[in-house]
Amino acid sequence: MTDGPQALVIEAPLVKPKVGREDWVMRAGLAVIGVYLLVAVVFPLYTILSKSFQDSRGLFVGLDNYAEYFATPALFYSINNSLTISVVSMVITVGLAFGYAYGLTRSCMPGKGVFKAIALIPILAPSLLPAISLRYLFGAQGMIKGLLMGETIYGPIGIVIGEVFWTFPHALLIIFTALSLSDARLYEAAEALGASKLRTFFTVTLPGAKYGLISACFVVFTLVITDFGVPKVIGGGYNVLAVDIYKQVVGQQNFQMGAVVGLVLLAPALLAFVADRMIQGKQVALLSARAVPYEPRPDRRFDLAMLAFCGTVAFIIIGILGVAQFAALVKFWPYNLSLALDSYQFDLMDGGSWGAFWNSLKLAAWTAVIGTAVIFTGAYLVEKSKGFERGRGLIQLMCMIPLAVPGIVLGLAYIFFFNAVGNPLGFIYHTLIILVLCTVTHFYTVSHLTAVTALKQMDAEFEAVSSSLKVPFYRTFIRVTVPVCMPAILDISIYLFVNAMTTVSAVIFLYSADTQLASVAVLNMDDAGDTAPAAAMGMMIVYTSATVRLLHFLLTRGIARRTQAWRKR
Amino acid sequence: MDEARAPYLKVENVTKKFGDFTAIKDICLEVFESEFVCFLGPSGCGKTTLLRAIAGLDIQTSGRIEQAGRDISNLPPTERDFGIVFQSYALFPNLTVFKNVAYGLENRKTSKADITARVNELLQLVGMPDQGPKYPAQLSGGEQQRVALARALATSPGLLLLDEPLSALDAKVRLRLRHEIKELQHKLGVTTIMVTHDQEEALTMADRIVVMNKGVIDQVGTPLEIYRRPASPFVADFIGAMNFLSAVAGGDGTVRIHGMELSAIEGADGLDEGAAVTLCLRPEDIVTRGVESGAPNAFEATVADLEFLGSFYRASLTAKGVENTRFQADFSVNLVRDLGIEAGKSLTVAFPADRIRVFAGT
Repeated sequence: MTDGPQALVIEAPLVKPKVGREDWVMRAGLAVIGVYLLVAVVFPLYTILSKSFQDSRGLFVGLDNYAEYFATPALFYSINNSLTISVVSMVITVGLAFGYAYGLTRSCMPGKGVFKAIALIPILAPSLLPAISLRYLFGAQGMIKGLLMGETIYGPIGIVIGEVFWTFPHALLIIFTALSLSDARLYEAAEALGASKLRTFFTVTLPGAKYGLISACFVVFTLVITDFGVPKVIGGGYNVLAVDIYKQVVGQQNFQMGAVVGLVLLAPALLAFVADRMIQGKQVALLSARAVPYEPRPDRRFDLAMLAFCGTVAFIIIGILGVAQFAALVKFWPYNLSLALDSYQFDLMDGGSWGAFWNSLKLAAWTAVIGTAVIFTGAYLVEKSKGFERGRGLIQLMCMIPLAVPGIVLGLAYIFFFNAVGNPLGFIYHTLIILVLCTVTHFYTVSHLTAVTALKQMDAEFEAVSSSLKVPFYRTFIRVTVPVCMPAILDISIYLFVNAMTTVSAVIFLYSADTQLASVAVLNMDDAGDTAPAAAMGMMIVYTSATVRLLHFLLTRGIARRTQAWRKR
Repeated sequence: MDEARAPYLKVENVTKKFGDFTAIKDICLEVFESEFVCFLGPSGCGKTTLLRAIAGLDIQTSGRIEQAGRDISNLPPTERDFGIVFQSYALFPNLTVFKNVAYGLENRKTSKADITARVNELLQLVGMPDQGPKYPAQLSGGEQQRVALARALATSPGLLLLDEPLSALDAKVRLRLRHEIKELQHKLGVTTIMVTHDQEEALTMADRIVVMNKGVIDQVGTPLEIYRRPASPFVADFIGAMNFLSAVAGGDGTVRIHGMELSAIEGADGLDEGAAVTLCLRPEDIVTRGVESGAPNAFEATVADLEFLGSFYRASLTAKGVENTRFQADFSVNLVRDLGIEAGKSLTVAFPADRIRVFAGT
């Protein structure tokens, strides 16, 4: 340092903001959310990571497990298989969903509402269900097995068909939104410039839907590669990663190898997740608030073609579900086709019971109630609190992790973490609590993002106004934030409820004799050869989810009516 | 202002940094009781940052703020005494107008009857009686802003902060509300600070204007002072229309524009002879009626262009025989008619010495 003028500058003392009572409440809330995410996400994942470097006695063995994994062709061939079916399913699903969404948004075909509703039904079913239907359709005594021309349904063909059915609504929702957002003015400009329909499609429609298509690709890819239900039921000898984990853990009790496969499965899921996040970040700039929505004009030939296409897809969806329901009601396929309710005697079946169904309802209800409260409050605290920047950034990051973690990996991580000797939380193992915890965590990210989107639409100054009026923030949260965000809160709760009803992967390792679940019962009854009762239970899940969805719809509409006066005109 | 009084709000050496970026630097300011002060400046000048520091919403990095003799520098907003109105109104959409205004009263052990009376009084005050049962979405923008004002005043705060309250409104509503807010403030005598980027708003409403630029205060003064005697070229340019002419100091309070000498100019006294200066003069201060050649600071000029602006004309002029001097003058419609001013015509104009401002540098 020279004796320059800087030497004389005295730094002004920094103001240390006084931490008021409200700040403490907010910080305590953030701390609770932070601890929750640490216990429910970070610690279990760390445990599975460390398990993959240990032998069966818990001694550190470095990369030995990985070496063994890659030296066992039966195991690492699964990587190739998993990638293959994921990519094939992705291409087919996104293609079909694009055609379907195109029909819904760009044609004047009749019955659009019905078609949209039908396309969303598969969301209400566990992924096991389409696979069971496929057995009835294409299995050894299948109704239309001739269509396969000698190929077997047990293997990649069956898996891909099942996955396409199950992931179709996810892709459709994304692409439908992307196509709905397109700007009519671009089409008018293209028409005025004399572009042909085909050229308009390639220069306006496709670029406009680009990000939606890419996002749909990632979502389908991730869903398929992490799905466990379809390949478990119809995969035959075709091994995939998600089923390998199950086999290693449940079949061979080889937990270390299970952990290794889990981490191998985590890699592509994580990559897809990061890539999708990066691309979605770009999409924001594309949307313009002044866009004019596109209104299709009638075109008889085109409308009929779209009707035929959507009709075929809808027929297949209904058909697959119908077969499952039919199978559940038939006395003994294919020998005695008289109808009976025998398959609903779940208590008489191996691996199933009506108790499992009630447990699932309980799980779904608790997941919806607790999950919504925790996730919405957490999102509020992260979004609206002040200061504490680094902690909030960390919490936000932890909120995003669950989306990248396959359910079956999360479930396995929970065994490792909560079953560990000396874990004070060990008492929740084998109870409904761990199932609720795991399910809330598994579906945390999407719910969190829904909450954040709703919160971001609120005026940023509500908290400032209420603090100037000396009203504590939590009062404003209850009186203003929650009522204003009620539609989003209901969306989150229904999302959690339906997923808790249908999920298998996350809970397959965690249920106990007392906490059997409907979706797990589907799997176990199918495993034990009771395929018809499995189908019956699967359909019970569909009906339950559908009923709750309907209730949600009526409730949402009721609230919309009651609050019409103050919601934006 | 009566300087003998103790200031109600005292801002001392307040600096706010966001990471490496310094939003406001070393701000010192005093606001007196019942005064209406405007923070005026272009976007990004730090005026909102200063307001939020005073409110405690974004507490300053360093410096001291005192309100009514109490050091509030590090207090959270709930422990300060102010009401605030935002550009976005920030009305609670699910509560009626009545409930919005009552929001701050319900939390402080006021009886129901008293709350009702107070809310009705406030709604009366902002000219919206009988609107209590409506929801914000059923009101126009101007009405919503009145409700926001009533809500901010409900708890009788010692300080009213207005953050660009009129910017989201359309021109006509803005003019009316401008007048109403000023009247209300005068009636209630509440000390008020308003942030705005609209100079007209500041000139018409404020008792004193604080002109800010790049995180520092350029000038503090009454509207007339700011307009008549801008303290810097930035203030001169930001408020009203202004001619800027490059010149050189001639010593003894004179300046020369390309050889043409202008005399008796305030601010030019201390300048070294030959130093480059900028000469500022408002278009409406340039005179031509009754100016004879040979009068002080008078010279011949040619009308290059004449633009009709409704109540007056704005003429572009060039001084005869002096290069690169184009300036604008506002002429009344009468004057243009009487003297037959039109493009191409020559006039004798004068720069009144007492209206010229000179700043060092170009």
